[in-house]
Amino acid sequence: MNAATKILTRDFELGHLHRIETYLDRGGYRAVRKALLEWKPEQVMDEVKKASLRGRGGAGFPAGVKWSFVPQETDKPKYLCVNADEGEPGTFKDRYILAHDPHLLIEGIVIAAYAVGIHLAYIYIRGEYELIARRLEEALAEAVAKSFVGRNILGTGFDLDVFVHRGAGAYICGEETGLLESLEGKRGHPRLKPPFPASVGLFQSPTVINNVETLANVPFIVLNGAAWFLEQGQAKDGGNRIFGVSGAVNRPGIYELPVGTSLRRIIFENAGGLKPGRTLKAVIPGGMSSPILLPGEIDVKMDCDSVAAAGSMLGSGAIIVIDDRTPILDVLAKVAKFYAHESCGQCTPCRLGTSWIHKIVKRMAAGKGKADDVDTLIRLASNIKARTLCPLGDAAAMPIAAIAKKFRAELEQATKGSA
Amino acid sequence: MSREFPPALAKRIQDIASRYPAPQAALLPVLHLVQRETGFLSAGDEREVARLLGIAPIKVREVVTFYTMFTRRPLGRFHIQVCSNLSCSLAGGEPLLEHLRAKLGIKPGETTPDGKFTLTEVECLGACEQAPCMMVNFDYYGNLDAEKIDRILKDLT
Repeated sequence: MNAATKILTRDFELGHLHRIETYLDRGGYRAVRKALLEWKPEQVMDEVKKASLRGRGGAGFPAGVKWSFVPQETDKPKYLCVNADEGEPGTFKDRYILAHDPHLLIEGIVIAAYAVGIHLAYIYIRGEYELIARRLEEALAEAVAKSFVGRNILGTGFDLDVFVHRGAGAYICGEETGLLESLEGKRGHPRLKPPFPASVGLFQSPTVINNVETLANVPFIVLNGAAWFLEQGQAKDGGNRIFGVSGAVNRPGIYELPVGTSLRRIIFENAGGLKPGRTLKAVIPGGMSSPILLPGEIDVKMDCDSVAAAGSMLGSGAIIVIDDRTPILDVLAKVAKFYAHESCGQCTPCRLGTSWIHKIVKRMAAGKGKADDVDTLIRLASNIKARTLCPLGDAAAMPIAAIAKKFRAELEQATKGSA
Repeated sequence: MSREFPPALAKRIQDIASRYPAPQAALLPVLHLVQRETGFLSAGDEREVARLLGIAPIKVREVVTFYTMFTRRPLGRFHIQVCSNLSCSLAGGEPLLEHLRAKLGIKPGETTPDGKFTLTEVECLGACEQAPCMMVNFDYYGNLDAEKIDRILKDLT
């Protein structure tokens, strides 16, 4: 295996990849031709299943398995929703795919829709990415003109309409059922599961929801096969991932690397290590909702199972690097503020818990901490966890509990003076 | 009373609605469109959108008040949205909001008396590799410091 082989970002330096002519020159839409002209839908689904393509949005669920949950025989229409609501703090990798290579996403959409028997897809993109949404619409128009999207695609009789749908600034809409509610024109209040979207999703119909990067992998699986894809990554977690590194490193940015690359290597080799004169204090490995890791915990392979075994979460692969000059109370304050702001308000433990935590942390930051504040934070977090409709409650509870437990001494020291 | 939208705008709203099996699903894209045309979403705009989509006005109000990008009051010509989330503050973003506050003489959430600038503190904008970052209307600006912000403000005329 060549560790440096880029797949998804292979042609990003080229520029103009968002124009269909450039994309076609680079071999684009070959996978759509292969899938639609040579394969049956179930062959596509099987190949993606075998490839162990795990969701790149956060939960890491195997995409092929997710597709297979959609009933084959149904009198309802089936829908595909592309989750491009990239809002997990620290995450910016999908923006690169959307802006640099929209046709790659469209190609993945067409193949996924063909595999599942879907004729209508929506790309739910965060509202702030307005200029990118326009570029995406232009790319879709190009794809329709060349018969890769629309009626009777490539003469196969397969129809697929794809529309871009802009969100309007709500983190909760990145949660899959919040996204569905939002797409239906409502507040992004997540739904109780089950039923799962594969059986009752958008407009009460069977629905597949996949992240941008997940779908962008599909054309390469079709072209090169599941065995090749697994060779790139791990046996139960195939391919490469686009890791986004931000925070106190010399070279923040995206790094496409095999699933299973060590976190230490990504930080110290790819991202160039800590800024001059600073040392590593902690790392958030998979977006803000993933529990924080200490410097002694970063020899972890960045695949879903290994990061989970280390007590955190690979999430969206967004690595936030925290240096020794940053007080941990500042980090805690950011995490607490974010979830208090983004809780949708539907479930009491999350609505009240996140704002209560935020109030305590603000008080601590104002130098008015109490001796038992850290314990209160841990207790509040554990009272939110697993007591809400959607994962936002856990997403708030896990990082707060981890920071409170791992940095108890520093937090208690920081608030002591005024007690 | 709600006023009717110009025919061209009403037509575009119907076009958007045709992309969905249920007209209410068009609400977010339609509100984005109306807000771009009218500057902000008045109660009259809400009622007119409700009428055109054939839904109850309360359904529109629920949505307008849930999503942070919709505004029920006029914004400045340049809407400056500054990220105050973790990656930006790790990259030295914390003092920048203070800098803008002092420079513009307004607090986050306010608009300058001449109607030129609105300042808003926002959560992660999804551009953490360019932290600290902000948006002015729909343009992203990254790797900011006080000096760069001054230059950007000067060019906004």
